[in-house]
Amino acid sequence: MSRRWVFVLPSALFALLVGGFYVGLQVHSDVLPSPLINQPAPRFSLPPLIGGQRGFSSADLKGHVSLVNAFASWCAPCRDEAPALDALARSGRVAIYGIDYKDKPAVAQAWIEALGDPYARIGADDGRVAIDWGVYGVPETFLVDRTGRIRYKHVGPLTDADVSQTILPLVARLDR
Amino acid sequence: MRQCATNSRRIALRLSALLSLLFALTAPAYAVLPSEMLANPVLEARAEHIGSELRCLVCRNQSIEDSGAELAHDLRLLVRRRILAGDSDAQVIAYIRSRYGDYVLLRPPLEFSTLLLWGGPLVVLLLGAAAIVLFYRSRRGQSAPPPLNPDEQRRLAAALGEARE
Repeated sequence: MSRRWVFVLPSALFALLVGGFYVGLQVHSDVLPSPLINQPAPRFSLPPLIGGQRGFSSADLKGHVSLVNAFASWCAPCRDEAPALDALARSGRVAIYGIDYKDKPAVAQAWIEALGDPYARIGADDGRVAIDWGVYGVPETFLVDRTGRIRYKHVGPLTDADVSQTILPLVARLDR
Repeated sequence: MRQCATNSRRIALRLSALLSLLFALTAPAYAVLPSEMLANPVLEARAEHIGSELRCLVCRNQSIEDSGAELAHDLRLLVRRRILAGDSDAQVIAYIRSRYGDYVLLRPPLEFSTLLLWGGPLVVLLLGAAAIVLFYRSRRGQSAPPPLNPDEQRRLAAALGEARE
């Protein structure tokens, strides 16, 4: 009897492995989890796109729930999420701040104006502040609570469904 | 004439041996630009060593030293800035890991949650070895056949004699 057992066991193990890998493949694995969830947002101070305007710094994130959106004019998916961000800005439910990532300020300014500017403030970043936020591509969007802690990160463009099903309910929870 | 041909053949052999040796000695082709490199070669070597442990998150199967992506460039500069600021190798890696998570390490950390990942192949190997041991033990348990009687021995000798021819 132990003979048959010896032959069945490796096959059973293999079947288990195959099943495990199959399930694992269903998980959307190219989005990286952020180690900054529930951590305080990094301290930073970014200059404005256009001289004379106030830039964007970590002090702006205290006291209210904020959406921080890393974007660039050279980024096609950022263009895709512009309508959703615009609608969110118009709803007035949450303050939206922008980190303009490795961009040309004049080009970015024109791009934002053409798509509808949802940002209360924008900071021009050469990439160093984005590294502190754990950004590895654009667009990426963070929800920051009233105390300045990062509570949620969304990688990739925001869709209307993302906004209504995830962002707005979370904002409501953090606002209480 | 034959003398010249032999010489040139020898030269060709020596040349190809030398070229093979030189190729074997080349360093891996890094994407580090000369403008990024630190002036101090000891620090630069540390930076390249650390960088070879960090994953480029754009081209996920390359280190930041090998990748031509912009993010890899930025992280290479960051590694060198932290080294110049006095961080140890472990501190530089911790700095980047705290921002990007465990996936930025090319070698998964050895922790309780990754025990199955690291130990899995060894466990499977041990299971296979156990299976082999059990299999042969069960075979040895079989009793030897009873000895042949004289008549059977004669038949065996005759059969072997035939086979030898």
